[in-house]
Amino acid sequence: MMRLSPRGGLFARRFAQNRAAVTSAWLLLALALAAILSGLLQAALGLRSDIVDLHHRLALPSLAHPLGTDELGRDLLLRLLEGGRISLEVGIAGALAAAVLGTAIGLVAGYRGGWIDGLLMRATDAVIALPLLPLLIVLAAIDLRKLGLPAELARSEVASLYRIVALVTLVGWTTVARIVRGATLSLKTQDYVRAAVGLGAGPARVMLVHILPNLASPVIVATALSIGNVILLESVLSFLGLGIAPPLASWGAMLSGAQETITIAPLLAVYPGLLIFLVVVACNLVGDGLRDALDPRTLQSEPWT
Amino acid sequence: MTSYILRRLIEATVVVAVMSFVIYALIGLMPGDPIDLMLGSDPHLTSADVARLKALMGIDQPLLKRYAAWASAALSGDLGYSRLYVRPALAALAAPLGRSALLMGVSFVLTLAVALPLGIFAALRPGSRLDHAINLASFASISLPSFWIGLMLILVFAASLGWLPAGGIADVGGGGLGDRARHLVLPVITLTIVGFGTFTRYMRAGLLDVLGQDFIRTARAKGASERRVMLGHALRNAITTVVTIVALSFGGLFSGALVTETLFAYPGMGKLIYDAVLGNDYNLALAALLLATVMTLVSNLAADIAYAAIDPRITYR
Repeated sequence: MMRLSPRGGLFARRFAQNRAAVTSAWLLLALALAAILSGLLQAALGLRSDIVDLHHRLALPSLAHPLGTDELGRDLLLRLLEGGRISLEVGIAGALAAAVLGTAIGLVAGYRGGWIDGLLMRATDAVIALPLLPLLIVLAAIDLRKLGLPAELARSEVASLYRIVALVTLVGWTTVARIVRGATLSLKTQDYVRAAVGLGAGPARVMLVHILPNLASPVIVATALSIGNVILLESVLSFLGLGIAPPLASWGAMLSGAQETITIAPLLAVYPGLLIFLVVVACNLVGDGLRDALDPRTLQSEPWT
Repeated sequence: MTSYILRRLIEATVVVAVMSFVIYALIGLMPGDPIDLMLGSDPHLTSADVARLKALMGIDQPLLKRYAAWASAALSGDLGYSRLYVRPALAALAAPLGRSALLMGVSFVLTLAVALPLGIFAALRPGSRLDHAINLASFASISLPSFWIGLMLILVFAASLGWLPAGGIADVGGGGLGDRARHLVLPVITLTIVGFGTFTRYMRAGLLDVLGQDFIRTARAKGASERRVMLGHALRNAITTVVTIVALSFGGLFSGALVTETLFAYPGMGKLIYDAVLGNDYNLALAALLLATVMTLVSNLAADIAYAAIDPRITYR
């Protein structure tokens, strides 16, 4: 029988054997810590990552600015760390939200079956079959005021953060939904589930108490593998000017700013991209390690060209 | 088989109909409307004029009524007028469609030429150093942001070395075959670098899967040469998954590579959609998105049919 629930000890040992995954996990942890500490440090030292200083644009590295300044005179190191915090926040929040939606849809489709299953799975197929990036551009460009949001809120930087998470959720739930549906189909024929139904448990109780806990490992693996993709998607939208809004920092947006000054300050275009690359590789390697340790089935990710 | 294709066609038509409404509604949610745009260029318009114009163009009508009017016009081939290109939306799509097909087609062939041999080499010696290296390269490919690798290529080959143009499709006054080819090099390399990883991983996984099966052992046991086992038995079976992925990618030929085209200022479908959305060209954005959606669905359908055609084990209900 397929083992769907994690076995703590064995899992930890198998994951620890995967050197690439362990190194990646440490790298991500270090970045997360640095991003958090940078916030504290900024508060303690009275520094700000969003202060524009036009007298010191594109400055070379110095004691005051270890990596120099960007095209608006902001400290590059602080901007990079701030961008890292946003990337990780969006990546984790987006992947989690998509996983929750996907799990709910897959669970209902798999357990209820019949026309509900048919409808939900056709919808899943349809979303998978759509040209997602062009549609995301439109979704990212819509005017939230036309949806009845107050103008102040619609223009705020926080709205841009939530908007990205919402977009990622809208397009990212399909993988988890398919996995959960498949696993639910096989779980609901198990004796213990039938016993629960026989004892009078309602559908909600069976789904949440008896089936959901057994879906943990495939859902964890799919979620972990999607974090890198979400971070990549955020950076793409921000690069196109449709993602994280200034004064918030984003690696994608930093690259789009660096395009203008690429001949005089090439390093501005190197650092953010290198960090996106490292974080996404690390996320994918950790996800891969988790899969090998928890769930051998293959999941793939698509490039955002 | 025929009934399967028929059912899938009906499903695809339903999806297109639903998506046309969703896209129409979304475009309506974009900032401003056509009258607001006129207002910006003509300060003499009064608010009474604005109300009159909105009533005249039907912008004050409810969404469903507006959609019905648009859909009936669209079905008769009238997708409206493009604001940015100053010509009918359909006519504005023609040239970018060709350019995207060229860019995506060339990159696609190059991507496969790189990816499939790598996947096969990796699968032939699983666990070897070569396998690890290829695996790492595929991981890097999947994780690279296309706009960054494109930017780095521009930095090195255009800004520093000056060997290749940084963007566009031809030099001013140029436009010969060689000139156009030079402009394709960097975008094509970008797309190949970010694209090959996915195919390599599919090829490797597919081939490894087949190599572990009984009929391969049987073929070896009856004394078939390794060459014959590989070419006659293993690859033939492994290629089915790859063909599906390849067919699935055909939709990209028509929707273009939005990020790469925008970065390299390559005027294909991707850049057109981006420009139309950001430039409030509602009719063009609508037409382009709808075309991209239809083309993607058609290529998905083609993928499923191709899969059935090359793999007799698949049966359809």
